[in-house]
Amino acid sequence: MTSILVVAEHRLGQIRDITYEMLTKGREIAEKLNTEQIAVILGRNIKEKAKRLSEYAEKVLVFEDEKLENFNSDAYQKVLMNFLREEKPILTMIGHTSYGVELAPRLAASLNIPLATDCIDIFFEGENLTVIRQMYGGKVNVRATLKKGSGYMVTVRQAAFTAKKPLQPINGEIIEKRSPLAEEITLKRFIEYVLPAAGGVDITAAEKIVAIGRGVKDQANIPVIEEFANLLGAALACTRPVVDKGWLPSERQVGSSGKIVKPKLYIALGISGAFQHIVGMKNSDLTIAINKDPNAPIFGYSDYGIVDDLFKVVPALKKKIVELKGQKTV
Amino acid sequence: MLDIIVCVKHVPLTSEAELKIEANGRKIEKTGLVFDINEWDDYAVEEAVRIKEKLGGTVTVITVGDEDSDNTLRKCLARGADKAIRLTDPKFEGSDGYAVAKILYNVVKNLRYDLILTGFQAGDDGYSMVGPILAEMLQVPHATLVKKIELDAGTARVNRELEGGLEEVVEVRLPALFAVQTGINVPRYVSRMGIRKALQKEIKVMNLAEIGLKEEEVGEAGSWLKIEKLYVPPLEKQVKFLKGGPEEVAAQIVEILKSKGML
Repeated sequence: MTSILVVAEHRLGQIRDITYEMLTKGREIAEKLNTEQIAVILGRNIKEKAKRLSEYAEKVLVFEDEKLENFNSDAYQKVLMNFLREEKPILTMIGHTSYGVELAPRLAASLNIPLATDCIDIFFEGENLTVIRQMYGGKVNVRATLKKGSGYMVTVRQAAFTAKKPLQPINGEIIEKRSPLAEEITLKRFIEYVLPAAGGVDITAAEKIVAIGRGVKDQANIPVIEEFANLLGAALACTRPVVDKGWLPSERQVGSSGKIVKPKLYIALGISGAFQHIVGMKNSDLTIAINKDPNAPIFGYSDYGIVDDLFKVVPALKKKIVELKGQKTV
Repeated sequence: MLDIIVCVKHVPLTSEAELKIEANGRKIEKTGLVFDINEWDDYAVEEAVRIKEKLGGTVTVITVGDEDSDNTLRKCLARGADKAIRLTDPKFEGSDGYAVAKILYNVVKNLRYDLILTGFQAGDDGYSMVGPILAEMLQVPHATLVKKIELDAGTARVNRELEGGLEEVVEVRLPALFAVQTGINVPRYVSRMGIRKALQKEIKVMNLAEIGLKEEEVGEAGSWLKIEKLYVPPLEKQVKFLKGGPEEVAAQIVEILKSKGML
């Protein structure tokens, strides 16, 4: 077989978006190679969910087992190792998500299948697989080829592809498979989910956001920015490093491990634009970025860019806005 | 008492640096860049030292890299690591995460360990694969994106960071490998004095032959991925750069905000 195989991802009863993003890209590749796409889903009481996957795939294979109720890379690896050895897909796609990064490298190593992680594009040139991925926090793109193997595996970056249902649903066959898990998985056990603490500020509801990154340099500089945000009527948000340093609470974090925001105005101050952050803000209506580095990736996602020291521009901007507001009240 | 191994990497700090691609298109120009311990590894070393301080044991740091990596190893020793191993050979050049995992495996398999910590990813190539592959080779369980580690007799309870602020708790039997996410702790400051003192500690250096690998198992030949070309990512939005001093730029921003009804 030379099928394209997509490992579906779900959590708390929901199929995750990355699944449809991969199925959309996989469909395109399968059609080019004139082969079929297979979706595989592992879980408990998930057969109903398989129907939507069948719109994209010729076959949907369902492994039902109570041991698969919550994601466990150890259990997934055991099931998928067996199955991939039988099926021998030419390409296996897994999300570059908290689940995929836990599963894919180990699965690839155990099967001795070349793996490229965090891909933003994937294409075959003859029988060779070429991928595009990023280095240096998104500052550089890399075109790379995979070593020839009995198949290939990739993990796919979230939101790298836009999910789109096929015009003609494939309505592929749904096939129930026997779970090969005989014994309990004991080396690694899922215990529970920990929900984020209910925060005081919901940045996803804000129309305007002023966000800060590493370039803010010191916690002592934050009040100045906060005043500026207040003046604009904007919520203050930030990147991951600011939360890691303990300067702002995690409820303020924009990005793949934080919040996804779509405000009318996003002002990025001292944010270089690592992809984990970009994912969280790239759909803002108007983005203005201030950064000292003219090559900061954030500029590639901004409408207006200012290459300067934010601590020079922000005070000037504050002054101008205060003046303007003064005029208005007169 | 726990013996802990931490895998670290010496990487260029690029978040605020201007990067240039070499003429051959396959690497960035490294001259002028400042190198330091990979950010994720910094948290991993700190976590290891904290565990040692609480429960006793040893911390060994290990890296695959050139002589300059000693700077990162010294920093780890200054922070409280006991031993350092550097795996260095010109043949390692061009290794991807898979090849690096093989190199580490061939040394780590001969060491005593209860726990192996790595950073979740490296800030340069961002593969996020060395830890889990090393765990597969060693046949020990693993967890990635780890934000909290609680140790009990023979097991660890760890919090993994999922998407959107959600976490999951998993219980893992030791020995195990954990790939640590940033923010798991606040790494302590390491003084220059501390690093100077660490100069007295020995760094063990091993090459390809001493590790017991063949040339074709490492470097580009032993890797899954072959880099063809580096290039500057295309812009998603056509950015308009505002020119002038802070006052002029501020005036332009105000006009833009006014025109969009934001002020």
